[in-house]
Amino acid sequence: MSSKRIYLDHSATTPVAEEVIEAMEPYFSEKFGNPSSLHSFGRESRDALEKSRKQIADFIGARPSEIIFTGVGTEADNLAIMGVAFSENAAFGTKNQRNHIITSKIEHPAVRETCKYLEKRGWKITWLDVNSEGLINPRDVENAITKETILVTIMHVNNEIGTIQPIEEIGKICAKHKVYFHTDAVQSYGKISINVKKMNIDLLSASAHKIYGPKGIGFLYVHQDVKIVPITHGGGHETGLRSGTENIPGIVGFAKATELASKNMKSEAERIGKMKDKLVKELLKIPGSRINGSKDQRIYVNINISFEGVEGEALLLRLDEKGIAVSTGSACSSKSLEPSPVLTAIGLKPEQAHGSLRITFGKENREEDIDYIAEQIKNVVGSLRKISPFKKNW
Amino acid sequence: MEQYNKKVMQHFLKPKNVGEIKNPDGVGKVGNLVCGDIMHVFIKVKEIKGKDTIYQIKFQTLGCAAAVATSDVVIDLAKGKTIQDALKITNQDVVRELGGLPAIKVHCSLLAEQALSEAIYDYMIKKGKKVPKELEEKHKRNQEHEKNFHDKFKCEK
Repeated sequence: MSSKRIYLDHSATTPVAEEVIEAMEPYFSEKFGNPSSLHSFGRESRDALEKSRKQIADFIGARPSEIIFTGVGTEADNLAIMGVAFSENAAFGTKNQRNHIITSKIEHPAVRETCKYLEKRGWKITWLDVNSEGLINPRDVENAITKETILVTIMHVNNEIGTIQPIEEIGKICAKHKVYFHTDAVQSYGKISINVKKMNIDLLSASAHKIYGPKGIGFLYVHQDVKIVPITHGGGHETGLRSGTENIPGIVGFAKATELASKNMKSEAERIGKMKDKLVKELLKIPGSRINGSKDQRIYVNINISFEGVEGEALLLRLDEKGIAVSTGSACSSKSLEPSPVLTAIGLKPEQAHGSLRITFGKENREEDIDYIAEQIKNVVGSLRKISPFKKNW
Repeated sequence: MEQYNKKVMQHFLKPKNVGEIKNPDGVGKVGNLVCGDIMHVFIKVKEIKGKDTIYQIKFQTLGCAAAVATSDVVIDLAKGKTIQDALKITNQDVVRELGGLPAIKVHCSLLAEQALSEAIYDYMIKKGKKVPKELEEKHKRNQEHEKNFHDKFKCEK
């Protein structure tokens, strides 16, 4: 194992920032009260909870009462989709039911599997295609809307190829047709500025651990007019939408991480963007390589690249040995042995998807490491091509 | 995903038996590009103490860590063995030698067993030797297994 360790998998998770740990610290044992308690211990926690809620609401242009804290981003997606599908508004099983949901073929499993769950139980799901750039055409959304449509759920930034979907236009279309619009913003929150009112977003999911906050805390923004029911039942916390004692340290940490993201968003976009462009340029010098997904409509932290004649899991593990941590869409690294649906949806052949690598930058990455990273990737691709039975003029 | 053990990683990171043999006596080619893993096994055979013996054997593999590691180990197991003994090597032997594989990766060891037996089959056909009934059946099964694998994952050859 190399002594150098470079983490390039920030779309998987990020390290918790020092300032975030400091902000959370008092809420483990010093200020441990249950925010539902009426005494001073409870009030301390309640104050922290509501202050954090306001900070997060302000960041996305929402009202504090519209922020529902959840366990994780996946739970927020589940609540958004099932909460709307099970509401009286959907009137499932009646003559006037609205049991149609529009989504895309490149959603995160949290959305995809929730929609599949509903599909098996009688809901109608439209799975929209993306173009070869990995982008959804808003017109396809409009064409798919029927009088039975209750929800459109389209992610903001794709977790594998980093493409930024035209959610502002989709939001406008949904508002026009009076259909709820949910967006999974787990990969964009804290990286791209979001205003839920201006963007006509009715529901939005986010997660703290992607932005240097702790794991185990997410939120769902729910516009105050949205008819939604809980999927977790109990003591009626979070305006009845998510019962269970609130994770106060996590919530305080999420608010702090949001504050830091808001402060650094602009400068980081510039710094990381430059670094990313430099690495892309170097990697494309490797013969038989191609970038997957749009080059322009793409989040600045993401590179997704395929190398012909190389398998992604092997690439990942040999890079890991050099101290470089990345991710892959290869079938061999998935539980199902099938290649990434996202890469297949943008038209990659299975053998191209097998050789894909996802590199996602973050705040600890430095420009001076780019040459080393490029060199190691080049060496490892070369070493794997050498043991392969295919001889091409790489 | 389940992690690989140290031995698998050693064979994957530093395989000892990679290479191509010029003018091999037998070649076994299994797997395909679409499904991800491809293994080629090359053998040289000569008579030692009156028995046909594998005296040179190499592999080339495109695939995941398990595919490379199982290729490397099946070569270790077959090197210096008589054809008769080499044919007895199973994927279970490969997995045991590696000290275990994640459940989802066990199919890679099957590929290694197949690549070896296909190389021996190729050698016997080329030399006009009488192919034992079991090997003939295994060859058929190998071809069938390939086909099923393709059907299952909707791959084309």
